[in-house]
Amino acid sequence: MPKITFIEHDGTVHTVDAELGASVMETALRNDISSIVAECGGGCTCATCHVYVDEAWLERVGPPSPSEDAELDAAFDVRANSRLSCQIKVTEALDGLIVRTPSYQGR
Amino acid sequence: MSETIKTDVLIIGGGPCGLFAVFELGLLDIKTHLVDILGKVGGQCAELYPEKPIYDIPGIPEITGQGLSDSLMQQIKPFNPTFHLGEMVTGIENIGDPLYRVTTDAGKTFECKAVIIAAGGGSFQPKRPPIAGIEPYEDKSVFYAVRKMENFRGKNLLIVGGGDSALDWTLNLQPIAKRVTLVHRRDDFRGAPDSVNKMRALVASGAMDLRIGQVAELEGADGQLTAASIKDKDGNIVRVDCDAMLPFFGLTMKLGPISDWKLDMDDELIKVDVSTFETNRLGIFAIGDINTYPGKLKLILSGFHEGALCAQRVHHYVYPEKRLVFQYTTSSTSLQKKLGVA
Repeated sequence: MPKITFIEHDGTVHTVDAELGASVMETALRNDISSIVAECGGGCTCATCHVYVDEAWLERVGPPSPSEDAELDAAFDVRANSRLSCQIKVTEALDGLIVRTPSYQGR
Repeated sequence: MSETIKTDVLIIGGGPCGLFAVFELGLLDIKTHLVDILGKVGGQCAELYPEKPIYDIPGIPEITGQGLSDSLMQQIKPFNPTFHLGEMVTGIENIGDPLYRVTTDAGKTFECKAVIIAAGGGSFQPKRPPIAGIEPYEDKSVFYAVRKMENFRGKNLLIVGGGDSALDWTLNLQPIAKRVTLVHRRDDFRGAPDSVNKMRALVASGAMDLRIGQVAELEGADGQLTAASIKDKDGNIVRVDCDAMLPFFGLTMKLGPISDWKLDMDDELIKVDVSTFETNRLGIFAIGDINTYPGKLKLILSGFHEGALCAQRVHHYVYPEKRLVFQYTTSSTSLQKKLGVA
C-alpha cells in the first residue's frame, strides 16, 4: 500500500497508508487530517483541499488540469506547486508522496 | 420595515430536503415560505455539484445535482411555495404557543406556526482572504458583495478574482469608478468568455488595469484602505492605490446565526427528537445535514424521510383541532386533487 506524508502548516507530520485509486483528499479525510476540508466532497468545486506538492514529487504528480487550475482561483496563497488533493489519484508511482497543507482553506 | 408575512411554516434552506419538505407539508394543506441565502434553489446540489451525478437517490439510478433540484421544483409546483432567495434568516423570536417571528437580513419579517431549519452545512458565505490585518477594513473599505453601486462612484477600486462575480462587477463598476484594477493570480479567467473579452478590451483601451498576482498586503488606517501590494508569481511586488477592495473567491459554508437561536447543538449540528425532528424549542424543527441524532447519516434520502416525519408533527401545530388521517398519493383522491392529477 503506498504511503503519503502530509505536513501540516504547523509542522505536524502524518505518514499514512493510501488506498490505490483513492484520491489524496480521501486519504487525508480517512486519516483525520483536519487541514484538508473538502467541502464539496471531491467535486473540484470548492478549493478547500488545497495542497502544495513537495518539489521532488512535482514531476510525478504532474500539473493541474485546466478545470482544476480554474478552481484554484478560489484558493489562497496559490503557488507553482499548488494542487487540489481531490484531483490527485493515488498510484504505485506516488508511494512516498509528500504534500504540505496551507494555513487556510478558506474557512 | 415592510409588513409582516404570515404563513403556516417558514423553511430555512432551499436544498433538496427543504424543497421536499414543501411537498410533504403541502399534502397536509400546510402553506410554506422558503428562505435561502443563495440566489437560486438547490443548496449544495446546485452550488457545489450541479453537474456531478448522484447515485443514491432511491429509484433514480443516476441524476445530477441540478437535475435533482429541477425535478424537486417540478414535484412541489402544485403547492406553490413562495421563495425568498438571496436572503439570510437572522433572528427567530418566540411570540406564541408556538408562534414565531422570523426576520431576515433583507428586512423581511414572517410570522409562522413552525420553522423548519433545512440549512445543510449552514449558510454559503463569501470566502475571506487571509491577508494579515484585513479585519478592520471589512465592511468599511473591503466588501464581499456590492449592495449599492453608487457607494463606489469616483473611487479607486481593486477587484480581486477570476470568476463571473469579479468580472461582472469590474464591468459594472468601471464606468462609475475613478479607476478599476482587476487582480487575478493568472492571466486566464474562468468567467463567461464574453465578459472576459469586454474586460480585455477595456484594459487594451487604457480604461482600466489588470494585474496578475495575489494581494499580499494592505495599507491604510481606521478601516480606510489607501493601497494594496500585489505580488506576482516571481515575487515582484507592485503597489496600487485604492479606496476600496472587492475580493471574490467564491463561497464557503458557515453555520452563521443558527448558533444564536438557543438550540441544543452538538458540534455545530442541531440535536433533534428522532420521531418528529423537533429541536429543544417546540415548533422549531431541523432536517437534513444540519441535524444530528444517534445513527444519523448525511444522505439526501435521510433528509427526505425527516421532512415527511416532521410534517406530521407540524400539522399538529397548524391544525390543532384536526385529526390527521394518513393517506397514500397512489390511492387518495383528496391528495391527488392537491397534486392536480385527480
